[in-house]
Order: sequence, then C-alpha cells, then structure tokens
Amino acid sequence: MAFFKLLRQSPWSARVGLAMVLINVIAAVFCPIIAPYGETEVVGDVWMPMSGEHLLGTDHLGRDLFTRLLYGARNTIAIAFITTALSFLVGSICGFFAATLKGWVDQLLSRFVDIIMAFPTLIFALMALSVVGTSVVALILVIAILDSTRVYRLSRAVAMDIEVMEYVEAARLRGERIWWLMRQEILPNAMPPLVAEFGLRFCFVFLFIAALSFLGLGIQPPTADWGGMVRENAGAITFGIFIPLWPAGAIAFLTVGVNLIVDWFLHVASGIKD
Amino acid sequence: MAHLLEMKDIWIEGYSDEKWRPIINGLNLTLDKGEVLGLIGESGAGKSTFGLASMGYTRGGCRIKSGSIKFDGIELFEAPEETLRKVKGVRIAYVAQSAAASFNPAHRLVKQYAEAPVQHGLMSFEQAEKEAVDIYTRLLLPDPDRIGYRYPHQVSGGQLQRAMVAMAMACKPDLIIFDEPTTALDVTTQIEVLAAIKRIVKQFNTAAIYITHDLAVVAQLSDRIMVLRYGNLVEENNAREMIANPKEEYTRALLNVRTLQEDKDLDKTEHDIILEVENVSASYTGKTLVLEDIDLKIRRGRTVALVGESGSGKSTLARAITGLLPPVKGRVLYDGRELPPALKQRKKDSLRVMQMIYQMPDTALNPRQRVSKIIGRPLQFYYGIHGKENEKRVLGLLDKIELTPKYKDRYPTELSGGEKQRICIARALAAEPDLIICDEVTSALDQLVAEEILKLLRNLQNELHVSYLFITHDLATVKAISDEIVVMLRGKIVEQGRKTDILTPPHHEYTDLLLESVPIMDPDWLDGVLAGRERKAAQGIKVRTTFIDES
Repeated sequence: MAFFKLLRQSPWSARVGLAMVLINVIAAVFCPIIAPYGETEVVGDVWMPMSGEHLLGTDHLGRDLFTRLLYGARNTIAIAFITTALSFLVGSICGFFAATLKGWVDQLLSRFVDIIMAFPTLIFALMALSVVGTSVVALILVIAILDSTRVYRLSRAVAMDIEVMEYVEAARLRGERIWWLMRQEILPNAMPPLVAEFGLRFCFVFLFIAALSFLGLGIQPPTADWGGMVRENAGAITFGIFIPLWPAGAIAFLTVGVNLIVDWFLHVASGIKD
Repeated sequence: MAHLLEMKDIWIEGYSDEKWRPIINGLNLTLDKGEVLGLIGESGAGKSTFGLASMGYTRGGCRIKSGSIKFDGIELFEAPEETLRKVKGVRIAYVAQSAAASFNPAHRLVKQYAEAPVQHGLMSFEQAEKEAVDIYTRLLLPDPDRIGYRYPHQVSGGQLQRAMVAMAMACKPDLIIFDEPTTALDVTTQIEVLAAIKRIVKQFNTAAIYITHDLAVVAQLSDRIMVLRYGNLVEENNAREMIANPKEEYTRALLNVRTLQEDKDLDKTEHDIILEVENVSASYTGKTLVLEDIDLKIRRGRTVALVGESGSGKSTLARAITGLLPPVKGRVLYDGRELPPALKQRKKDSLRVMQMIYQMPDTALNPRQRVSKIIGRPLQFYYGIHGKENEKRVLGLLDKIELTPKYKDRYPTELSGGEKQRICIARALAAEPDLIICDEVTSALDQLVAEEILKLLRNLQNELHVSYLFITHDLATVKAISDEIVVMLRGKIVEQGRKTDILTPPHHEYTDLLLESVPIMDPDWLDGVLAGRERKAAQGIKVRTTFIDES
C-alpha cells in the first residue's frame, strides 16, 4: 500500500524509468511467445534492412535481429540479476559482520577486499575467465566476487552508522547474538541505500557482461546477448548499415531506465522535502 | 508613545504533508525600547517561529500569511529585500541556540564579530576590533584583548555562547532575539552567560526577546512574559506578577514542575545491597583514566541519583557497570557475586537483572520494529514466551506504562517523545529487572512530559521495588526523586550520601557551586547569587565559578 502511495507522488522521470524497465522485463519473460522466430534460427539473408518480415532486419548470419534482441534481454537480464543478487548476498553479509564484530574480523575482511579491489576489474575478469573457462557459472561467479567488494564497502559503511544507534546497544545489552543483531536491527534500517545500490550494481554488471561478451569472453555464441551482438555486427557500420546500434541502444535503454528508478528511490529514501 | 516593535495579528503557516498548516494563530506582540520580553512554551509551541518573525523572517517551509510587523515605524511584512537588509543584523540581531553551529570554524572570532558592522558600512575593521575588546570585557570573557583572535574550537562552550552575544551586539542593535541561548549549557556555565546577557542588555538599553522553555531562567531576565501553546497565547503578564499569581492552569503547571516529593523509609533497605561498584577505574584509551576509584552501593527499591556536568563520567560509569567498557581496575558485584568485566562474558540472567533506558527516545527504538515486537522481544529472549502468552504480557506492560492497547501495532515514528520514552520503560520492565539504569531519560523531553515520566517511574518503583541508578545533570529532578545522591566531577566521586545529608550544608565546594547554580522560580535569584559572589570576593574569599581548566 505504501508503494502505491509512493507511485502516485513520483515524478515523471521515475514513471518513465519504471515503464522502460517494465518493457525489458516483459520482453525477457515473454520472449518465447512474442518472438517471431527462434533464437538461433537463420531466416534470411545477411544484414537485410528493416521490413515487415524482419522488424529490425537480420544480423550477420541472417538471424532475425528483433528475436535476438528479445532473447538477449532474457539472457543478459537473467545473468545480470543472478550475479547482482549473489554479490549482494556475499558482500552485505561480510560487510555487516565486519561492522558488527569489528576488531580483527573487520581488519581481515577489509584488507582482503582492498587487495581484490586493487586489480582493475576488466583485467581481473579477463584473466580469471581465461583460466576457468567461459561457462555461464564461471561468468556469474567471477563477476559476483568482483562486485561483492563494492557491496561490502557500502554495507559496512551503512551498518557502522546504524550500529552506533542506541537501539542496537540496547539489543547488545540484552545479550542478543550477532545474527539477531544483523538480521533484525541492522538490515531493516540499511535497506534504502542497499536497494538503490542494487539497481546501480545491476546496471554495471549488465554493462560489464556486455563488455566481456564484446571482447569474446562473456556469453558465448550462439546464445543471444546484447554485448555479443554489438561485436558480431560491428562490421556492418563499414557498409553504412547501422544494425549494431540496436543492441547498443537496448543496453543504453535499460541502463537509463534503472538509473531513473534508482535516482527516485534515493531521493525518497533521503527524506529531502521538495 | 510609539512602541519599538509592534506585531499585530500574525498568522504563520508551515508546509508539511502537501498542505499549509497553521503554526501561529493571530498573535500580537508589543515591545518598547530597553524592555525584555520572555517567550516561553514547550517544543512545537511556535516560540522560535514567532520570535524570528519579528525580523520579518521565517525558516524554510514556513511563511507569514498575514499580519503587520512594525519595527520603529518601518513595516517589515512583505517589505522589499533592501528594507529588510538594512534592519536584519544591524537593528535586529539574533543569537542562536547552538553557538558551535553558528560560528564558522575556519575564521577567528573577531573576524566574525566584525563581519556585520563592516559589511553594513558602519565602521572599519580596525574600529570593530577595538569595540570587540570593549564588548568582550563587558561580557566578562577572560583575556578580552586576545580572546578575539582564537578560533571557535579553542574556547569553551560558555565562552563561545558569550562570543555569539558579542557578535550580535556588534552593530549596537535596538533589539536582540535570544533563541534558547543557555539550553545546551551546564548549569554552572549557564549562570555566567545569563549574568552576561543581563548586564549587556542593561548597559546598552537594548530591547530583547528571550525564547526558552525554562520558566525559572526567563524569570531572571524578563520584564514581561508571554506563554505560548500550539501557536496560541495562553497568558501574558508582567514577570513578577506571573510568577506570583499565574492565572491559567497551563502556566501553573509550568511553574510547578519538579515539586513532586517522596520520602521513603531508608533504614529498612540499608543492608539489602543489590549492586556494588568496588574501586573501579576505567579508561577509553588505556592511558588517561576517565573514571577513578569509584565506590558505589545501590540498595533495593532505592533511587540513586548520579549527578555531574558534561564530561564528569556519569554515562561512562553506566557503561562500566553494564560491561560495555570493562574497567581497568576494580570490580562490579551483583548480589554479592562478582560480575565478569566484559559484556560478552556475562550470562543471560546477569544481563536480565540490569536494564538501561536512554536519553534520546528517537535513537533508542528501532524505527522498523513495531511496539509489540520491541516490548515482546525481552519476553521471548529471557523467558522463552511466544505467541498468545507474549501478546497478553505485552498488553499488560502497555497498561503498566499507561498506554492503551492500540499502541501495540504502532511504529516508533508514529509516537511522541513521551510515548517513546514510555515504550523504552516497558522494554526494560519486560525483563523484570532489579536495577534500571536511567541515562538522562528526561533531558530530551519537555518539562511537563518529563514530569509525567518521573511520576510513572516513581509509581513503578513503589509497585515493583525496582532500584534506579538515575543519571542526570538536572538538580531539580534530583531534588524531586532521589533517595541518595552521588556527585561526580571529572571522573571522581566528590560527595555521596543520602539526599537529606547532601542537600544540607556543609558541602564540598563543587556541590556548593552546583546547588547554587540551579535557577529557581524567583526573579531575584540571579541577582542574589551574583551579589553573594561579589560580597565573598570583596571579603577576600576566593570564589571558584568553574572547575574546568580554562587554558
């Protein structure tokens, strides 16, 4: 109920963002029904222009671009979501632990995270993926570990702010154990910044997967994936065919949509009165 | 004869929840040159809003809907920016509650003093510097030639507050608005600042509006007093008249705070000691001691008041007792048995018998938990009571704290300050403790609300025979509710004993100063104290007005 009230008071930018994300989610969920052709089905000539048969034309192998775009939404969004969820699980639990237990636990975790963060993410990912291979599981794990470090930093900072509140001290004095403190006292109060961060992380993961796919180490063909599609069709530009702009535009579209929602969410959570 | 300030039929509104709501409802105010008007009321009454409106100014989210504000014949309501600029800061000045927040920490005091007169073209910087020394001397600041060249963090709270008063006087305004200038100060510092304000206002024949919630303080300075409540005028009268003969029920209630008394038979429980602090010393860094050689005994069913000013170590002692700050020396005994020094090492039952209530009800309750969960958790945790039995007990506790059952589903954000504090009390009671440590539990509440909380605590003590370690800096509260008093200064106990013994002379020098500094509801109190000090100084007796090292 509170959510609908929030919706009514939202600015137009948030509604636009919501619509944009909703379109993507519907595409991802219902693509087997909406898509006119199969994901990897070759249905026409290479790089055909937009027509009634092929809404956005065909790609470099003659597959329908619109279908590929829809399936790409499903694959990329699903993987990005799972990765973000995993990174949040690991990152926030470790962050809360560090903030609540302090002392050497905090030191150990923080320095470990510092070491991982010292590597440039793309290089680290390329290196790791070259070693363990590019299966979907490997992709998810590598990116999740890399991203969990950022989540760790944020959740630790937020938890430290909450941990000094007197109601946490009151729970401590009662004799409550650490799990209760983290789950009942800290987590509910840490939600707003964490949810906002989830949205932002999702976008970054999304872009990261797209970048890795573009470099050939992400989602492997023939699975549809927007980054991969940009790579595969990049050659079309030299012929004046702007086909790669479709998947690239789709990436931008989703990212902008999520960002608009996150902006609005942060604004609401900050409590600043208009 | 024309008044200096004439405010007629002022209506002020504030914007919240998408609507404009009234804050001040058609109030009038007149003030003559050199007159001091006290504006009192509880928080939310609208005193600051109304006081600031005398300058034609409202804080963000508020607006003056209608009314006339005539300052020395100039109409300030809806006046152009240029007119207001010539008045604000120059002819009407404002002294805020928090000196620390009002000074720019990056600039020296004298530079900030000189800002207003130089900006308004009244004098050059060099002239302002000279005048600053003069005003600092009048305000009895130490080392007036050089104190101006210090930064705000290099002077004490009371000195900073006086520096702010000096800054307000820089342009020799006709009117100064004092907004709770001494609320955040200790009593011994408060008395200095009050004396300084009184002197300077008289010397320059400045009119003043003194805003506060403390009737005893306002009685010392004002010629007239206006009592506000919910944006309306309750009573307005000459100060002496109002104190002697309050007409309205509300005014009478404000005058009678802390008059509840309770005399117990203390001999009965003399040997029933539940908590003993034996020779405890504690430190945060391991080097400087914040507590030194503390010896304390708390007996069953008694209220032991722990008094001291900020930094004396009262809250630290509470942390040492509860195990949050393990002592470096000494031990804490409960019921004759020694308690492990650190919280982590203590058993559940040892934790259950000592409960704590905090000063700020806003941060003491988890905003994401309902009342039923907040009160029900200790029952679950200590006694393993769940489900229906838990609900029943929660309702029983709500009844004990005088709240109706409908409160059980509310969130803390939906409660008032007094209600939140009651929930904190219920949370402590749920564990059925022997000792409750009350850490400044009434300091953040309005006078009348605090009164109710103290009555509730007293009733609970009579019914349940629970002991209180009542930490406070407010001596009026101590006089009202304590059985024993412990006076602390800079980490050491200066004096302790039964209330009657401590409150009758002879006292330790510090206790003497503390007791003397508590304002009483008598317009001549301040003059009396100052005269007494002057007499002693004239006789050659050294009068210590502060026990803090001021270097």
